[in-house]
Amino acid sequence: MPSAPELAFTRRSLLQGSLAALALGGSAGALAGCGSSDSSSGGGGKTVSIGSNYSDAGVKSAFAAVVADFNKSSGLSAKVNTVDHNTFQNKIQTYLQGTPDDVFSWFAGYRMKFFAAQGLASPIDDVWDKIGDSFPDSIKNAAKADDGHYYFVPLYNYPWVMNYRQSVFDEHGYSVPATWDDLMALCQKMKSDGLTPISFADKDGWPAMGTFDILNMRINGYQFHVDLMAHDESWTDPKVVKVFDTWKELFPYYSSGPNGLTWEEGAQDLQNKKAGMMFQGAGQVGQQFSKENLADLQFFPFPEIDSAYPIDSGIDAPIDGFMMSKKPKNKAGATKFLEYLGTAKAEAAYLASDPTDVGTASDYDQSSYNQLQKDSADIISKTKNIAQFLDRDTRPDFAYPVVQNALQQFINDKDSAAAAKSLEDQAKTIFV
Amino acid sequence: MVAIPLVVDLVFIWGPALATIVLSFTDATGAAPIHWVGTKNYHTLAEVDPSFWPAVRHNAIWLGVFILIATPLGMLFAVLLDRGLQGSRIYQSVIFLPVMLSLALIGIIWQVIYTTNGGLLNTLLGHGDGGGVDFLGDPSINLWAVLVEATWRQAGYVMILYLSGLKAVDLALKESAALDGANGWQTFRYVVFPVLRPVNVVILVVTVIESLRAFDLVYITNQGGIGLQLISAMITQQITGPGNRIGYGSALGVVLLLISLVPIVAFLVQQFRKEDES
Repeated sequence: MPSAPELAFTRRSLLQGSLAALALGGSAGALAGCGSSDSSSGGGGKTVSIGSNYSDAGVKSAFAAVVADFNKSSGLSAKVNTVDHNTFQNKIQTYLQGTPDDVFSWFAGYRMKFFAAQGLASPIDDVWDKIGDSFPDSIKNAAKADDGHYYFVPLYNYPWVMNYRQSVFDEHGYSVPATWDDLMALCQKMKSDGLTPISFADKDGWPAMGTFDILNMRINGYQFHVDLMAHDESWTDPKVVKVFDTWKELFPYYSSGPNGLTWEEGAQDLQNKKAGMMFQGAGQVGQQFSKENLADLQFFPFPEIDSAYPIDSGIDAPIDGFMMSKKPKNKAGATKFLEYLGTAKAEAAYLASDPTDVGTASDYDQSSYNQLQKDSADIISKTKNIAQFLDRDTRPDFAYPVVQNALQQFINDKDSAAAAKSLEDQAKTIFV
Repeated sequence: MVAIPLVVDLVFIWGPALATIVLSFTDATGAAPIHWVGTKNYHTLAEVDPSFWPAVRHNAIWLGVFILIATPLGMLFAVLLDRGLQGSRIYQSVIFLPVMLSLALIGIIWQVIYTTNGGLLNTLLGHGDGGGVDFLGDPSINLWAVLVEATWRQAGYVMILYLSGLKAVDLALKESAALDGANGWQTFRYVVFPVLRPVNVVILVVTVIESLRAFDLVYITNQGGIGLQLISAMITQQITGPGNRIGYGSALGVVLLLISLVPIVAFLVQQFRKEDES
């Protein structure tokens, strides 16, 4: 998922997409107030400062509820410094090198590992001694950096899946495809029924990354995904070319002109029954559906391509959570806060008004979930490896604009070899 | 009194410009120690980055369209409105409106017009159900689609600038031209246009500047992705994006600086020559 600024921001806004450009211009400097504001809590004390990018009104108040609950139960006083989502991500390097808050919001994956490796975050194994039992192994692995220590406490996530409308499947007698051949046959059938088999929209530049990820994991496995993202494997490897070649088989079944369509338009095609399926974050599509239609929205995991990598071997389910900065002013308090965050109770407090994302703790009380959330939690818990989405699993300067542009170029000219070569040439200049 | 602007100029313009040049020879990212990398960044942009040469070409096309179409169109609007058409204030407001609209709104307006998904234009072309022309996504045409947006805005801008110039033209000049039997075009070409020389220079400079720093429209379309690469958009992606490739972004900035120097030097040379003559 979109952790590029505009993207994460986009998902939660009304005037999606277009506002991102505004935020870019309007919020520069907002971060200046962050981090340096709290100097009262030298060594211990009761104050814990939290740097948060949960800047949209809805998530901001949801997070405030979590913090209020923590303050009540712990007797400490946690203070939130909220910074605009875009600005926070764009300035994170400078922020972490200055005087960051004790605890800060961030993402799992390469982006977490990157700061852990630079020593800009503190290991929090002691936190995980307390909260470890509440999480499945897939989530635990996602919270560890390369040195084997924990650096991250997850809050929520959502899976990337093939979305469809149950009523459309019922009407035409379609069944959920289990393999690539099934998928091709289903697409063919949908096409002859006058549907766009797969709604595909990449104007925003990141949705295509989800398709690349899942094809790569289905064809080459989770570990290859991780190694490729870290550039330990070459993009010109025939395995990568095979991903692109396989992808080309989907294009006849895609919407026309995907580079000009926003993913919101793509989701509307699914809602309006013009398209049969859409590979996208379950929560993202759900947000575009009206309340009445939401109950009709279903999904299935992307079908198996190579039996060596079955459907439960890996999916993208990007996790948002928190980390501890390198020299927290109040380490004991920060530890306490992270321990609190790593409970089903805190996750539930945060997700109370969120109808699409799901908590990451295994003992999360799912009675408040709608069907979509139940299915999301189910697929995540059954999957052995949770990938974090391309832009979070690789260097941000490689994901944007390099991969983004290369995938759009590939969508346009469908030249597998050229895409692989261009990506490798540029990767060499960035991963040094 | 000259000292203060001079200091401001040095601190806020030449300081950053020089810093940019220095940074362009490093691998600065905002984190981690900075290393000298020689001309590697320039090598990367010229030989590896698939966006760079398209960006240079697109900037040149942008300038060409502005000089040949957008600016003359704005001048035409101004001249027509200056003749005191009925309701000219309404026309003025309508044509100037795009300049005042917020970017978010402009993005939405043109998405609605251009999209293949039941967009206005594709519906008029008979492709309301999809399958029409992918104006914003197809890299062989999306630059032209965005240039229509840019012209739509630039023409209004130039119109207002030019209109204020036209208002200042002595009516007696036009009357005597008319008495001498000049028609509308001749009056404009041989009387009004030369009189407006200072305004023309301003408009030319504005046009060149707007073309070189063109950025916002492509950014709201696809963040300067395929078909819409521009140097300024590339700089933004590299420096302000999550990647913080400041060294590489600075190299792009230096290229833009060098390109910008061409019209600036040409302009200054001409100015100085004129001063010498007079």
